[in-house]
Order: sequence, then structure tokens, then C-alpha cells
Amino acid sequence: MDTQITNKNPQMRYKQRKEEKPLMATGLSYNKSKALRDRLYALIFLGPSLLVLIVFVFFPMFRTLYLSFFLTNNLGKPTVFIGFANYISLLSSSAYLHSLQATFIYVIAVSCLTLTLGLLLAQTASQKVRGISFFRTIFSGTMGVSVSVAAIFWLFIFNPSVGMLDQLANLLHLPAINWLTQPGWAMTAVVISTVWMNLGFTFLIFFGAIQSVPSTLYEAAQIEGVSKIYQFFHITLPMISPTLFFVSIITLIESFKSFGLIDLMTAGGPDNATNLLVYRIYQDAFLSGNYGLASTESVILALIIAFFTFIQFKVLEKRVNY
Amino acid sequence: MGIELSNISKSYDNQNWTLKDVSVQIRSGEFFTIVGPSGCGKSTLLRMIAGLISISNGTLKIDGRDVTNLQPQERALTMVFQNYALFPFLDVKANVSFGLKARKMQSAQINERVANALELVGLSELKDRKPRELSGGQRQRVALARAIASDTKVCLMDEPLSNLDAQLRSKMRSEIRELQQKLGITLIYVTHDQVEAMTMADRIMVLHAHTVQQIGTPSEIYQHPANAFVAQFFGTPRMNLLSVHYASKNQRHLKFDSYIDYLLPRDIEDGDYFVGIRPGELEIHTADKANAVIKNIEYLGTQSIIHAVLDNDMEIRITTSKNNTFCLNDHVQIRATNTYFVFDSTGKAIFFNKGDVQNGYTDHKQEPANAL
Ligand SMILES: Nc1ncnc2c1ncn2[C@@H]1O[C@H](COP(=O)(O)OP(=O)(O)OP(=O)(O)O)[C@@H](O)[C@H]1O
Ligand SMILES: [Mg+2]
Repeated sequence: MDTQITNKNPQMRYKQRKEEKPLMATGLSYNKSKALRDRLYALIFLGPSLLVLIVFVFFPMFRTLYLSFFLTNNLGKPTVFIGFANYISLLSSSAYLHSLQATFIYVIAVSCLTLTLGLLLAQTASQKVRGISFFRTIFSGTMGVSVSVAAIFWLFIFNPSVGMLDQLANLLHLPAINWLTQPGWAMTAVVISTVWMNLGFTFLIFFGAIQSVPSTLYEAAQIEGVSKIYQFFHITLPMISPTLFFVSIITLIESFKSFGLIDLMTAGGPDNATNLLVYRIYQDAFLSGNYGLASTESVILALIIAFFTFIQFKVLEKRVNY
Repeated sequence: MGIELSNISKSYDNQNWTLKDVSVQIRSGEFFTIVGPSGCGKSTLLRMIAGLISISNGTLKIDGRDVTNLQPQERALTMVFQNYALFPFLDVKANVSFGLKARKMQSAQINERVANALELVGLSELKDRKPRELSGGQRQRVALARAIASDTKVCLMDEPLSNLDAQLRSKMRSEIRELQQKLGITLIYVTHDQVEAMTMADRIMVLHAHTVQQIGTPSEIYQHPANAFVAQFFGTPRMNLLSVHYASKNQRHLKFDSYIDYLLPRDIEDGDYFVGIRPGELEIHTADKANAVIKNIEYLGTQSIIHAVLDNDMEIRITTSKNNTFCLNDHVQIRATNTYFVFDSTGKAIFFNKGDVQNGYTDHKQEPANAL
């Protein structure tokens, strides 16, 4: 499931080596024993981490790819090579396509809301107002909340009989909503909870970035009569664009990988409305024992994430001012 | 556009005054310099004038209009910051036009103003560069161009040259001075560098210990310092300040030894005094009868600064011409000339160059009413 991270590492490693080699070769004191010693040192220093990477990253990665072309028994052992049959059956399964769609909706909603709200909170907390440090602490509060605690907290809020939301609706004479048992509302509830979980981290990063913008930039603008809103869009945003770029990629990847809250709050239900790709992988692999199919889904998910990250790099990098 | 400060005070913590009762009338088109040691509140004063921080007490008038409680943009002025405050993501042109664009000025007019401003500071060629592709001096000029483009009659500058090397600094000094003359703007210029203040300003305000020490033209300040602090702040090397006790039996003589002996123009009360002697106003000779030993010599090319210790253990600085043959530990004779200052025990000036402060020079408090 962590394949998108592993994809990057070997590449970077390779690049660095390529740059170092010619340097060594042109060195005046270059000789064979020194080169040998360098290799040895390289092996000693890189060996342990390489070993760890191989065992926990590269092997599972290639194993997953390998398994995706097989039928497996319920111990996860490959039995029959079936080529792309897993892929074809998945992409023609309406249940899987439904998951895909739900995931896209979820990811887009979560990313947009997290980024906008995080930015809004960070900008608010950057104002010089009395007592603002209290809110800074509150805003970053969800950093310290674990998924299970958050799930229980939100289950309480969304609970149809004792939940705060429905009591509120009652008070306002609005119809009660069965948050977690109606498909559309269940997705909304999960999105809200995830955004809430994300906000602490996003807020903190954005807040730090906004704080590091030199105050003289704003002062210079203020003296020239530039409005606060114009300052935000034409000074703050461009100045923090590298952070914005970084956080947007992280958020996107993280929301593709959401699992804990889904599992604890809806378990993919109701009616598969919140059965996102990662949750489906978990179900297929560990509940149904269908490792081949689950591997195929993992590969597809990795490709999707890689694709989106690539697009983000291409589109956003042009607008980022480093 | 004259600027009038009346009893401007600032306290950051509501307990201690960072600045107390600063009053001055800055004339229209004047190059006015605020100078003082680090931490004396120069930036604080400038930022109060700009409206970036509130004025705790007193009133500020620009062009006769009370602006004490107005927002910065309502005060019709511009400011150049020490770190230039350029937008790193915009090119030179966009940096200069930033404020104009934000205020929705017509683009034809913007282009004209920007081109004009860049022309004035000699940056037309580099208008498409980003700030990081410019040298420090060029960045400083972009900041100047931005101030020029905003077309206000009052400009504030907070140590604009302190990030530049010495050579560029002296070049920019004359450039800024020329621009100010050409555009006829009122310029309030903050610096901690006394040379900068002396060479650029029409008038100088010296800040120290939360208060104004003196306001005057460079020559007034140099020749008639109001107190020992001002006297020592201006001029390199620093003025010698020798403490002495006076009693009427001395018959108007302030005497350190047989060669350094000043005859006062009138009698003064008994008590402790300081005699201020500029290092250039002492003579140094090799003679049989020595009264000092040379402890250090700083060779500066056109002159040398000699640090000597008098026989009565007082340390003293003397500048000499480049043609001298003094060596370390030489025994020399140091003689007074007729130019000296006398300060009372609180540092207040009493005499300068034999002139009496009381009936000679008037300090800023009795400034003529037609100053504006
Ligand atoms: N925002 C602030 N809050 C509290 N005290 C401040 C603040 N800004 C400045 N001070 C204090 O006010 C005094 C004057 O500061 P100011 O920045 O005006 O000095 P300055 O003359 O500009 O010094 P420098 O030459 O180093 O720039 C200092 O003692 C400083 O510690
Ligand atoms: Mg300052």
C-alpha cells in the first residue's frame, strides 16, 4: 500500500550515484585500491538500510505485482497464472468501479476541504489579536488525537439517538438524519471526520509558513494602501506556495490511503457507499482471502496515486515560487 | 509637505517610555535624518510616523493635517525598508507596480510611472529580472523606484544602506540625495551611521536615552554639540572626554598638566566638569619634556590615530598627519590648542571653542517660529 513512496527512493539513489561517478573518475589520486575501499565503505554504510528496504519495501512491492497475475489459494500462495485476467475482471466489475468513484469523490472532497480550511485557520491564527495563542493551540489539537479516539468521538456526534447533531436538528425542528446509515450522508460524515483529523497537521504547517513571510512585505503593501484580501492572495499565497504544493500532495496521497476512520465508523457501508479502494483491498485480502485480486487492486491504486502526483507536479510546479 | 511632531511618545509595555516627548517641525522638501545608537528608538519613531505602530502620546501632523490616528495608507507617504521588502516572486517591474496595481490604477498610467521610476534609478534594463538575480545595490534601487512610483511627497527610509558595502554605500548616498532634490520630496532618513547623517542631511535629530538630544544642521551639531553624548557621537575618532574638578582657586584654569591647560572665558561654579577635545585639536611633538607615552598607533593612510596615556594616567586620542615618525612607547609631548568644549557633570555643554553656550548658539527648543 505504500508503494508510491518506495517508487521514489531507488530512483533518487540511482541519480546520486550517477553524479558521483564521473567526479571519482577524474580525481587525480584515483587508483584501484582507493576505489575498492570506497565501494566497501558505500556497502557498509548503505547495506543496512538497503537490507531493510529490500525486506520491507522492494520485496513486498514486486511480490504484489507478481501476485496480481495469479490466482491464489487462501494462504496467499500463487496457484494459476492468469495474466491480466484479474485486471480485466476488476475494471469490468461495477462494484469496483463504484469504489473507484467513491474514492475520487472522497479524495477530492477531503483534499479541497482540508487545504481550504487549513489555510483559513492558519490565516486567522496569524492575525495579531488578543488571545489568539489559545486558538493556535486548539487549531493544532487534532495532531495529538489517534484515529480510534477520533472515530469514537465522531460516532458519538453522528449517533442518531444520543448524537449531538441530531439533538441540534431536533432543537431546530429539522428532520433527523441517520448519518451513518444513509449512503450519501455516510460519505459526508466520513469526509467531515477525515478533514477534522487532517486539520491539525495542515494548520500547523500552513501557520508556520505564513509566520515565516517577512512582515515588512505586508507593511510595504499596507503603506501603499493594498487591501488585506489583496495582500492574502498576492503576498501570502505566492510566498507560501512551496508549502502549499507540498501539503496538497501529502493530503492527496494520504486521503487515497485512508483506512482507519472508514473501518471504525462505517466499515465500508452502508451499501458500499464508503467502500474506498484501500478498504476493498483489505476486505478482499484479509476477509475473503483473495490475495491475487487484492494485489491487483493494490497495483491499480499505486498507479492512480502515481498518476495524480505526477499531474500535480506538472501543473503546480509551474506556479510555485521557490 | 511639512511634518510636525508634537510631544510624540511611545511605550510598548505601558510602563517604560521607549521614546518620550519627541517634538520637531520638519520642513517641506527637507532631508531630515534621525540618528542615534542601536536600540534608541529610531525605527520606532519612523514606524509611528508611517502609522505601522500606534502613537502612545502626542500628535503628528502631515501638511497641517492631524494624522495621529490614521491608517498608514491615509497618510500619503511611502517607506523604504532596510531589507528592501521586495516580493521575491515578482520581477522588478511588477515589484515597482505592485501597489499601483492593487489600487486599480489604469495600466497605461502604471506603465508610464513604472518606466519613469526605473529610468530615474537607472534600472530600465533590468526590469524583467527577479530580485534574486540582482545585486544588493540594484535591489535597493528597486525599492527606491517603488517609493518613487507611488508618487507621494513624503518618503521614510529605515537604514536603507546598511546592507551594502562601504563603497556602494557612499555611491548610493549621493544618489539618494540627488533623487530627493530632483523630486523635491520630504525625506525622513533613519541611520545609525553618523557619517551618513552628516553627509546627507539638511538637518539631523540625535536620539539617545529615549529623548531627543539635539536637532540641527550637520555643522551646528558638529561645532556646537548640545551635550557630551552628541559631541562624542559625531566625528571619528571620537572626541576625548576628560573629567576634571574645578575650584575657584584655579582662577578660570582647567588644568590637566603643564601642556594641557585651558583658560575659561568666564568663571564657573566649583564642581566636576568634562573637557571635550577633538583628536585633531591636539598637537603632538617629540620633545625633551614629555607628558605622555604612545600606546597604540592606527595607520589610516592620510592620517594616523595615536592612542597615548598622559602622565596623569588619562587616555587620549590624537590624530596626526601622515608624515609622522612616532613609534610605540615613544615619550611625546601633547599640547592643547585653543579649541575645546566644556560640559558640566550631567554632560550639558557650557562652552565650545571659547564661546559661551548661554549667549551664543540656540538649541532646538528656541527654534524660530518660522521654521515650517
Ligand atoms: N515590538 C516591540 N515590542 C517591544 N519592544 C520593542 C518593540 N520594538 C522595539 N522595541 C524596543 O524599543 C527600543 C527601540 O527599538 P528600535 O527598533 O526603535 O531601535 P532602533 O533605534 O531602530 O535600533 P537599530 O539601530 O538597532 O535598528 C528597543 O529597546 C527595543 O527593544
Ligand atoms: Mg531600527
